[in-house]
Amino acid sequence: MSILIYAESAEGKFKKVALELASYAKKVAESLGTTVTAVTVNAANVSELSKYGVDKVLKVSNDKLAGFNAKAYADVIKQAAQKEAAKVILLSSTTDSIYMAPLVAVALEAGYASNVVGLPVSTSPFQVKRTAFSNKAFNITEINTDVKILALAKNTYGIFENASSLTEEDFNPTIDDADFGVKVASVEKSSGKVSIADADIVVSGGRGLKGPENWGMLEELASVLGAATACSKPVSDLGWRPHAEHVGQTGKPVATNLYIAIGISGAIQHIAGINSSKVKVVINSDPEAPFFKVADYGVVGDAFEIVPQLTAKLKAFKEQHS
Amino acid sequence: MKILVCISHVPDTTSKINFTNGDAEFDTNGVQYVINPNDEFGLTRGLWFQEQQGATVTVVNVGGADTEPTLRKALAIGANEAIRVNANPADGFFVAKQLAEVIKNGGYDVVIAGKESLDYNGGMVPGMIAGILGYNFVNSCIGITIDGSNVTAVREIDGGKETVNTSLPIIIGTQKGIVEEKDLRIPNMRGIMTARTKALTILEPVDVAVNSKVVKFEKPAPKSAVKLVSADNLDELINLLHNEAKVI
Repeated sequence: MSILIYAESAEGKFKKVALELASYAKKVAESLGTTVTAVTVNAANVSELSKYGVDKVLKVSNDKLAGFNAKAYADVIKQAAQKEAAKVILLSSTTDSIYMAPLVAVALEAGYASNVVGLPVSTSPFQVKRTAFSNKAFNITEINTDVKILALAKNTYGIFENASSLTEEDFNPTIDDADFGVKVASVEKSSGKVSIADADIVVSGGRGLKGPENWGMLEELASVLGAATACSKPVSDLGWRPHAEHVGQTGKPVATNLYIAIGISGAIQHIAGINSSKVKVVINSDPEAPFFKVADYGVVGDAFEIVPQLTAKLKAFKEQHS
Repeated sequence: MKILVCISHVPDTTSKINFTNGDAEFDTNGVQYVINPNDEFGLTRGLWFQEQQGATVTVVNVGGADTEPTLRKALAIGANEAIRVNANPADGFFVAKQLAEVIKNGGYDVVIAGKESLDYNGGMVPGMIAGILGYNFVNSCIGITIDGSNVTAVREIDGGKETVNTSLPIIIGTQKGIVEEKDLRIPNMRGIMTARTKALTILEPVDVAVNSKVVKFEKPAPKSAVKLVSADNLDELINLLHNEAKVI
């Protein structure tokens, strides 16, 4: 009975969330007195996982799994869980993993909790804390099934080194052609840009920026910080920015290390979506803007003067510290 | 083409969230309920298929009689009929099982459900229905066209989007993007009047073991006050972000 994690990789390299998940799994395994097995799909070099406490890797290499397919990947996780007799399965909260998680849950008759933050509150009964009401609250969920699946909310636990000696094993699950009822025809990635999902820093603009033509200064600030750009709901509704950049309750959730809100007043729906971010900075001309109530740092003033200055200063800072 | 849209009855996005009974229950006092926004985006796309491709649109909810106004709203903006499975939505699997039963008996070609509800945020119901029924499944769906039994759908991925080819029957987990905010409909008086006479069928639930339960709620810890930095002293902001917050 080990803990099974699915360590997500992209182009053969592990994602940061996979390393966070391994760190988390190690701690959960310690409290349950067991070990951590990771299943990987087409990852080139799995030894990196040993740094974060993974004891065993089931390496799946299969050309049929070159692109993500929820059903086929769920099938792989299911077979790995059965092989290891895993009672706890841990997943990341990427778009792909949360697409697949409910399929794994049904296949294994497992109870499933998503958006889990922190270590289990209790292991008997098995209770976890998770975000609910779109980050306006938490709930403690108890899972009563024999097999349990948790999806760890992104950037909530951290990455911790904890060296282990790693056993690698090639694993060849049965891949059923019937799993490929949904076939990828084409993929469009916004090239050269940091995605909101991967970003450590997000720079976000609101209606205070007055128009799409003013986004250049925001992009420059983002570029100096290696940040993704985002926007508030009115900005995406007005068509100033694509809706893929809309963050908030009905947009994308953001759980980043640093969130910089420029010209965003801070409607309750917006705050709900970004509240999991660790450090929040607000730049707004209105000192009464509700965002100041939830921010860690604030600057009251004209964004059109502050942002270019801040960008220049950060550029100098970065050059000094590189 | 028969479309079923699964509707969650959730607190309006502006609601303040409070708990009662020793933090064991959500405090419904003063809370307005709405169609879960992710479901409403999907419903609106469903109504497009109704108008353009002759589909019928049924809406379904698992919940008590108090959720009926939300179903009536869906009828008022154009859904043909409604079903309520008369049960407390105990957890995601329970709800998925109830809905799978409705889908099996109703022979729906397209099942639309928001990718997650704004109250529990489980993100599991559409996927679990797909798992139970073996239907093709596209989550985070931001585009769908249907030609005969061929389906082309667009899925949002981290940092982009992907177009997939698949076929009916299908279940999609929807979000903003499947339609735009401006496409959402507001019920007019005629719609509201018509909705009163549309069928709202009440079904009793099937027996399902409940896998999980919420035992307690918590509110986020109160935040310490914002540190204000003068606009003339942005070096101080950089200093704080570097030395205190350690994020740059």
